Amino acid sequence: MKAQAVKFGEKLVPTKEFLAEGHSFCIGCGEALALRLACKALGKDVIIANATGCIEICTSPLPFTSWRVPWIHTLFENTAAVISGVEAGLKTLTKKNKRPVRDIKCVAIAGDGGTSDIGIQALSGAFERNHEFLYICFDNEAYMNTGVQRSSATPYGASTTTAPAGKFSIGQITRKKNMVAIAAAHDIPYVATACPSYRFDLMKKVRKGAEVKGPAYVHILSPCPTGWRYSTELTVKIGQLAVQTGIFPLYEIENGRYRLNADPPKLKPIEEYLKLQGRYRHLTGEQIERIQEMVNEDYAKLKKKVAASPM
Amino acid sequence: MADELTWKDLEVGNIIKEAGNASFRETGDWRTEKPILDKEKCVKCALCWIYCPDAAIKPSEEGYYESDLYYCKGCGICASICPERAITMIAEEEK
Repeated sequence: MKAQAVKFGEKLVPTKEFLAEGHSFCIGCGEALALRLACKALGKDVIIANATGCIEICTSPLPFTSWRVPWIHTLFENTAAVISGVEAGLKTLTKKNKRPVRDIKCVAIAGDGGTSDIGIQALSGAFERNHEFLYICFDNEAYMNTGVQRSSATPYGASTTTAPAGKFSIGQITRKKNMVAIAAAHDIPYVATACPSYRFDLMKKVRKGAEVKGPAYVHILSPCPTGWRYSTELTVKIGQLAVQTGIFPLYEIENGRYRLNADPPKLKPIEEYLKLQGRYRHLTGEQIERIQEMVNEDYAKLKKKVAASPM
Repeated sequence: MADELTWKDLEVGNIIKEAGNASFRETGDWRTEKPILDKEKCVKCALCWIYCPDAAIKPSEEGYYESDLYYCKGCGICASICPERAITMIAEEEK
């Protein structure tokens, strides 16, 4: 008999894949990895609304689909609106006793462009109306699907095709939009950041977000070998370095209470993370120092919030 | 003429009848390098299984984790995260 789950210490991870093999994600895609783990955490009782983006085109090239769970493709701007409607519909059917009583989770997934640029007003509206859904943002820090154009989630100093580095520019000249803080500002019950390199942390957060009463937001950093320009086998390592250098700290905000999930005693220098990626290749020592200052500043701010939260 | 196929007998297009039918697609032909598992070094920790973005690594009956070359795109993540260095990537030979 085939094993139902694989055991990691005390943790059991199901072997069933809700995202079928044979999808057309790039070789070594961090987003595919994050999505696979998230689908394992969500299980089969789920309805997914998926904004246009890498995930949508790579999982549903007609006549094939990778999805083994109910899935709907939406536009960039209305993912959160569609999932609000799905959730409201389920609620009404339950009230009228027209569907079997089963806990069906509503999940919206989108990329960083679909979340922080185009879909932000629908998302803000859905948070404000207090729909019971989980919104997962797979952040690969640019519009990778259409050829690495900058988005508001692209970090300072990264070179993209529409913000190229050269004699007069260092690439992206603005700072990354803090989507997690924007979600937290809606005072929703659960907000978290995750990274596929920290697999159990990611699965725990996705499950927590899906089970919480009210809206939840999980922001997942998805390393992208194509757009970040690094060798495909480094996906997991780059995710770990992003956390260990403090540029993408793992934390969760539960009912306003901040908690750091990975708190290294001493942060690694940001150079270790930057030097592996081709999009940062043009940076000089001075510019790297500037980025280090930004990271230190943001991390100190986060630490302050964690310290100020009641235990 | 009763057994002749007419347009009415054709299936309606653009309908996917099976969930997850992408698993019929062979993505293994994208590969330039393939992973080779050394079973003597393998400690069955399953890290390669959980970190494979293509879900190409499957648990086998003896408890090892072996890659299904029909799906494996050859990214090399399994070889790079293996704590025992039991997986090596070797170049695909020309057919």
